[in-house]
Amino acid sequence: MTEDAQLVAISVENVSKSFNVEHRTLPVLDDVSFAVPEHGISAVLGPNGSGKSTLLRLISGLLEPDSGRILIDDQPVSDADQRVGLVFQEPRLLPWRTALDNVAFPLELAGVGAAERRARARSLLELVGVAGFADARPHQLSGGMRQRVAIARALARDPQILLLDEPFSALDALTRERFNGELLDLWQRTGTTILLVTHSLAEAVFIADEVVVLSKSPGRVVARVPAPLGRPRTQQMLESQAFARTASVLRAYLAGTPAELAAEEARAAPVRDVLETAGAPAFFDPFRGAS
Amino acid sequence: MSGSPRAWRSTLLSVGSAALIFVVVWKLIVVIANYPPFILPAPEVVAQRFVSAWADGTIAPHALATIQEIVIGFVFGAGLAVVVGYLLARSPLAERLLSPYLVAAQATPILALAPLLVLWLGTGLAPKVVICALIVFFPVAVSTMVGIRSVDRRLLELGRSMRATRWQVFRFLELPAAMPQILGGMRVGATLAVIGAIVGEWAGADKGLGVLINLARGSLFDFPLMYATLLTIALIAIVLYLIVVLAERVLVGSWR
Repeated sequence: MTEDAQLVAISVENVSKSFNVEHRTLPVLDDVSFAVPEHGISAVLGPNGSGKSTLLRLISGLLEPDSGRILIDDQPVSDADQRVGLVFQEPRLLPWRTALDNVAFPLELAGVGAAERRARARSLLELVGVAGFADARPHQLSGGMRQRVAIARALARDPQILLLDEPFSALDALTRERFNGELLDLWQRTGTTILLVTHSLAEAVFIADEVVVLSKSPGRVVARVPAPLGRPRTQQMLESQAFARTASVLRAYLAGTPAELAAEEARAAPVRDVLETAGAPAFFDPFRGAS
Repeated sequence: MSGSPRAWRSTLLSVGSAALIFVVVWKLIVVIANYPPFILPAPEVVAQRFVSAWADGTIAPHALATIQEIVIGFVFGAGLAVVVGYLLARSPLAERLLSPYLVAAQATPILALAPLLVLWLGTGLAPKVVICALIVFFPVAVSTMVGIRSVDRRLLELGRSMRATRWQVFRFLELPAAMPQILGGMRVGATLAVIGAIVGEWAGADKGLGVLINLARGSLFDFPLMYATLLTIALIAIVLYLIVVLAERVLVGSWR
């Protein structure tokens, strides 16, 4: 396990999935393959209906692929795999439980004793920065705090992999930007492998080492684009040329315009790994005014 | 209705003034129409009889018997109803098999069933408990079914992602999520249980408030006692209702 720095944590191999809707077969994912290295952080980027959420459910073992296979640490994914911590688009907190008891919930299901699970939940709430609201009910928390609690809950059983399904899409732009930074902090402190699903170009580039671009329905892997930004990521990088170029490459892939794409890539090439703040080009500026 | 002293005072004030208006109107009717006591005794006469009948032990043993029937019947009826309501919600087969009988049992007048049950089970505690349970069963079963069916599917998926067992899903997700509806059914059930007990006693018993009503009216000709008994029944119903409301406050008040 130690000789190779590029150990693969998640391996998705030729996965296809379709659903039966009213006697018709609706293909959702078509021959999807990609891998996420151990301790890596990747983003899956795709338009609505590209099967992003289905993909996360397959990786977490909530669904089974029709064909292909998914491995976590070279072991096939089993039903509701407990090596995975899942963060849904909505916080999905139990409204009758306090923040603390929500975080402790998966431990309670696993039969962990009351004192131990509360101590663990308390330290997780601290990790995500809502320690002061341990006894608050979900309806007393803001949307952002609820999602923090949900992330703490996903970490409760110490998963090897954290899967996030557009976790910040309900938050305002400013909060979202801050949460992205905090997610990276969390990633650095916990060393968990992270796979984030998003439809935001900026979020994908800012967070990930590699962005997997999915096409519209049925989802196919259009490209795997590395994000040429160093670590740790800073807010200034949002203004860098490397960031802007990567974003426009992704946009071209999403739009499915290969000709334009070639041009973008050609122009992007010289600025790879250049992290200077050169001012964002006019065609892409998601965070202007927010930072 | 919050817990602060001021809110309490205003609640007491409104409840108190409503009761006062009720008593005043009652008294006015008696005075204006000049009814004899066997038609409608004056409120102060009933109040006097209420106090004396409780003091000399006329009502207490009957009230105790009735409360016993209600509580046992309610616990059995509501408990079984939650189980059956859950089955109805989660098993289409159970729904198809059971629902015709449930509806038929609910539609059959309890007044017609009561004498039969007394015939089968004797004049003791058993038939009253069964009648109470029967009458409580339907509203609680239906509200449980509706409550369980409306549990957020996303919470169920969450449970699955955490590998919750079927029992854990019920205990930690479905039951608490459906609790507001279940308790709503129990509110209705609590008041119906009182009716069930009285009807059961009328069909044949030697103890209970229903028996006391018949005694006061038919053999003692003590009409104020009859009204004092009615008042006792009403108070029991109100207390039971408040207990369910209190349970609601404790169980779901903090998150709704």
